This record gives sequence, structure tokens and C-alpha cells, in this order.
Amino acid sequence: MQPLDQTVLATAPPVPRRSPLAGGALSRWRAPLSILALLALPFLLPSQALAVNVLIYGLYAVGYNLLYGYTGLLSFGHAAFFGTGAYVTGIAIGAYGLHPLAAMGLAVAAAGALALALGAVSIRSRGIYFAMVTLALAQLVYYAALQASAWTGGENGLRGFTVARIGLGRLAVDILNPLTKYFVVLAFVGAALAMISRILASPFGAVIEAIRESETRARACGFDVERTKLLAFVLSGLFCGLAGALFAIHLSIVPLDSLAYHTSGMAVVMTLVGGAGTFFGPFVGALAVLVLEDALSLWTPHWQLALGTVFILFVLFLPRGLWGTALARIGAMRGRP
Amino acid sequence: MDWGSLDLELIAMQLFSGVALGAVFVMLALGLSIIFGMLGIVNFAHGNVFMVGAYAGVFVMERTGSFWAALILGPLLVGALGLLVERFLIRPLAGRPPDDALLLTFGLGYVLVEGVRILFGSDGLPFATPEALSGVADLGVGFFPIYRIFVIGVVALVLVALWVGLERTKLGLIVRAGARDPEILRVLGVDIERLWLWVFGLGIALAALGGVLAAPMRSVNPEMGNVVLGEAFAVTVIGGMGSLLGSVVAGLLVGVVVSMTALLAPEMASIAMFAFMALVLLVRPQGLFGKPGLGA
Repeated sequence: MQPLDQTVLATAPPVPRRSPLAGGALSRWRAPLSILALLALPFLLPSQALAVNVLIYGLYAVGYNLLYGYTGLLSFGHAAFFGTGAYVTGIAIGAYGLHPLAAMGLAVAAAGALALALGAVSIRSRGIYFAMVTLALAQLVYYAALQASAWTGGENGLRGFTVARIGLGRLAVDILNPLTKYFVVLAFVGAALAMISRILASPFGAVIEAIRESETRARACGFDVERTKLLAFVLSGLFCGLAGALFAIHLSIVPLDSLAYHTSGMAVVMTLVGGAGTFFGPFVGALAVLVLEDALSLWTPHWQLALGTVFILFVLFLPRGLWGTALARIGAMRGRP
Repeated sequence: MDWGSLDLELIAMQLFSGVALGAVFVMLALGLSIIFGMLGIVNFAHGNVFMVGAYAGVFVMERTGSFWAALILGPLLVGALGLLVERFLIRPLAGRPPDDALLLTFGLGYVLVEGVRILFGSDGLPFATPEALSGVADLGVGFFPIYRIFVIGVVALVLVALWVGLERTKLGLIVRAGARDPEILRVLGVDIERLWLWVFGLGIALAALGGVLAAPMRSVNPEMGNVVLGEAFAVTVIGGMGSLLGSVVAGLLVGVVVSMTALLAPEMASIAMFAFMALVLLVRPQGLFGKPGLGA
């Protein structure tokens, strides 16, 4: 080893690293590894319905994380995309008899179009202002759905569509079996994870992280910050819309609550508890929150008291979340000589 | 739309209802804006504080049997709770990104909703209009509920008190200076932490007062806070974040827009304020009275 290199290394400022494992083998294999971990999930959880929920909310949080964790935009209105994905799927199947796969495609497209519209209004506002604007815009969508009860069923939610089989022709499988349903949903989630991993590894992925670190610097480097943010917003909306579509297929009803503030908040809670800006963190967060709900709601109807308290403690003492903190620990151990 | 059926009296009535509704929005947006202006944080539990204020009003009224005690003690109780929240939850976050305080208050919202459910039950509570303020008054163009006139009066009184306090007293001068440059104020020997504590308490108490005032006009239930939060944000975004004048103008404007929509197209009433906000954002991203650069 040349001594010159050592001096350079010794005097160079510490390289800020988002995640100590990023760039390593774990990063390259993050999508397959995540899918592998998720394959084991239904055999570890008390019920397969819970496992399907973890998948769906996990994907929802991963889509949200694309915007919050990687682009640094704190949205409080992602229920609009999740709910739109769910409602469009249900309406397309129930009222128009569309093939489930076509309905889901339409739902994802609708969520993306809505994200484009809401993004066009909100993307220019910054920081905490953005959180307020997205929250209020999501309320607009919520009340619109409440009023359009002829389409959405209003307060009763959307009913009257059940998907028993999904797939094409002879390749269709029966999803009334909970375990089969889990793996069907996992096929969609896995494909989405692979796409998100690819997006994050692309130059676009590097630019959104640059915007998160410093918008001014990214602008100075010549990037069109507004358009990049809008694109990230739309991509995030697409994945959350897919999560909503899967949610509709899973439940066979769409509650109005899927568009409500509470659902927007869930994305924030799960992403933060798991670890914002990490690839697998949102799944860990979804798992933690849903298992907490599952365990506590047996004991008390007031389980959200615990949820709120846990969330406050995370903000105060563990802002990197479970997975983010674990990654940092591993990185620190590796970095030691 | 059959314009013939709309006489002047009905429109005046609705306009007036809008101002009463707007007066409550003004209380909410003022609290948000004061806290933001001083501490630089958005209180995501603001709607739930409003809800807790309404319940505190119910609680005091049950104990004392007096609406006036509820009107004064309710906000004071909730304001005291706000002092504790600032001291023990918000202050430890000093120096962290502003998102952290926002997220913390968001978590606090869950705790407040469930806390109220445990103490008062999940069902809504009735909040009767006080005897002395029930009935209607003839204002020449029509009969108006006395309680709504009272609400407008109380809010106007609070506005005058705030204006005098901020613009005409030494303490107000310090508060305004603190909103502009806390560091210089600290150098000058002002205990800025204590100032933040009391300003936070004041903002919380204003939201709670809004809750008590609104209680006889809208149903009191644990979920009302989340609905109110969206409304408060829409008003604040329209007025311009951190602008007190903006809060007042936008609050009244939104109240009137909502109640006029309720008259012309009832099914659009709940959507109107958010659509109005989207419109304002497209034309003026920083809000009507906001300074460019703050939010956009």
C-alpha cells in the first residue's frame, strides 16, 4: 500500500454514509433478500391474514418511503393514493366486470394520475408546509369519495365485488386459500420491490437523495429539482396505489377509512418505526405496528394509546427506526479496526 | 340553480353563519400560526387539542354547572397541559430537524384521542347551548342565533386582546423580536426558552377556546379533532403560514365560502374549503399573506 493513499485517507473528511451497508453486496441483493425474508413470513406469524396485511401495508410504506425517506418530502396525504387504488379496483371489478388484473392496472394508473394532479399543486411548497398541504388535499379526496356515494358506497364503504381467482386463463389460481393468496400478493409486492430497488440504483435515485441532502446544492448542480420531486411523488403514488389495489382484492370491501387521515398517518408511522431511507425498514415497521395492533387489540380497544406512545418514544429516542438503527449498529461494528 | 328562491334574508343569514364558523377557524389558525411563528414547528395535534378543549369544557360544565366557568377554565386547563408538552416533549427536540417536532405532535394526537375515549367514552357528548345565550335576535335583515353572535364577539375580543398584547406591551415587543431572531434575543439576556414555553401554551389555549366555543355548534366526539386538523391547515395555508393577519382574513373567508357553498350546493360544502385552498396555492403558493420563501 502506498503511504500517500493512507495520508489522504487520514485527512479526508469522513464520508457521510446513509446506510453503512449501502453500496455493498447487501445493497445489490436487497430486493431478492427482502423477498426471501417475506417468503418465510406466513409461517412465523399467528395468522395468514395478518401476514397479507404486513405485505400490503409494507408495500404502502415502501412506496411512501420513496418520497419521505429517499427524497426527504414529508407527505401526510398518501391515503389518497392508497384509497384511490383500492376504490378503482373495486369499482372496476364490481360495476364494470373488469378482469381483476386489468382493474388493478387501471387502479395503479388512476393513483398515478391523481399523484400528478396533487403533486402539481403541492410540490412547490417546502418542508412542513408540504405536510400540511398534502394533508388538506387528501381530505379533499376523502370528502369527494364520501359525496360520490353512488360510486363509492359513501360511509358504508364499497362492497359487492369478490375476487376468488386471479391470473390469466389456466394460470389463474384460487386465492380463497389464505396461503395461496399470500404468495399471489407477494408476487406483486416482489415485482414492485425489484422495480423500486432498480429505481433507487439508477441516476434518478441518486438525484432524489441529493435533493434530500440539499435542495440548493442539487439545484446548483443543474438538476431540475421541481420535476424530479414531482416524478418521485408520482412514482410513490403509483406504488401506494398498487398497495391499495391489493388491499381491495384482499378484503373484498373498501372501507372509506382507506382514504382517511388515519391511513395517511399509518404510512408515516410504519416508515418511521421501521427506518426511513432504508430499503427494508418500512416492512419491519409495518410488521411491528401490525403485530402490536394484533396483540394489543385482544386486550383493549385503546391500543392506539400504545401506538401513539411508542411512536413518540421513537421520535425522541430512536429516530432511525428499528431497521435503520440495526443497520447502523452492524455498520459501526464493521467499521471498527 | 333557481336564484328566485334565494331571497336576501337567506343570503344574509348564511353570510352571518359563515362569519361565526370562520371565527372558530380564526381561533384554530391563530394558535397554529403563533406557535409556528415563534417555535418554527407545526402542531399536528392541534385538531385534537381543539377536541380536548371541547371535552374540558364539558368536564368543567358538569362539575360547576356554569358555561362561563367552562369557557375560562377549559382553555386554561388545556393550556396548562400544553405547557407540560412543551417542557417535556418539545424542548428535548431542540436542535433536531423541524420534522421531528411535527412527528412528535402527530403521535401525541393518537394519545389525546385515546385518552379522551378512555375518560369520556367513544360516543359523542351533547353540549347544550347555555340558557342565557339560546334563542334568536332580530338584526334587521333576519333572526340570528344569539349564541353565534356571542361566538363572534368572544373571538373579536380575543383578537383585540392579542393585538394590544403583541403591539402595545413590552412583552409583546419581546415576543415579536423572538419570532424574528431568537439568537439576538438570547444574547440580550432574554430567557427565550421560557418565552417559547408560554407562547406554546397560549397557542394551545387558543385552540382549546375554539373547541369550547364550537362545542354547542358541532357535535363533540373523540374523532372531531382529525376533521378539524385538515380544516385548520387549509385555513392556515390559505392565509399564509405564520401570518396572524392572514389567519384572521383566511379564517373568515373560508367560513363564508363554506356556508355560501352549503346554501348553493350543499353536497359540495365539505369539499369547498380544500378546493379553495388548491386554487389559492396554484395562484399564490405562499398563501394570501405569507412571505415568499417561507413555504414556497
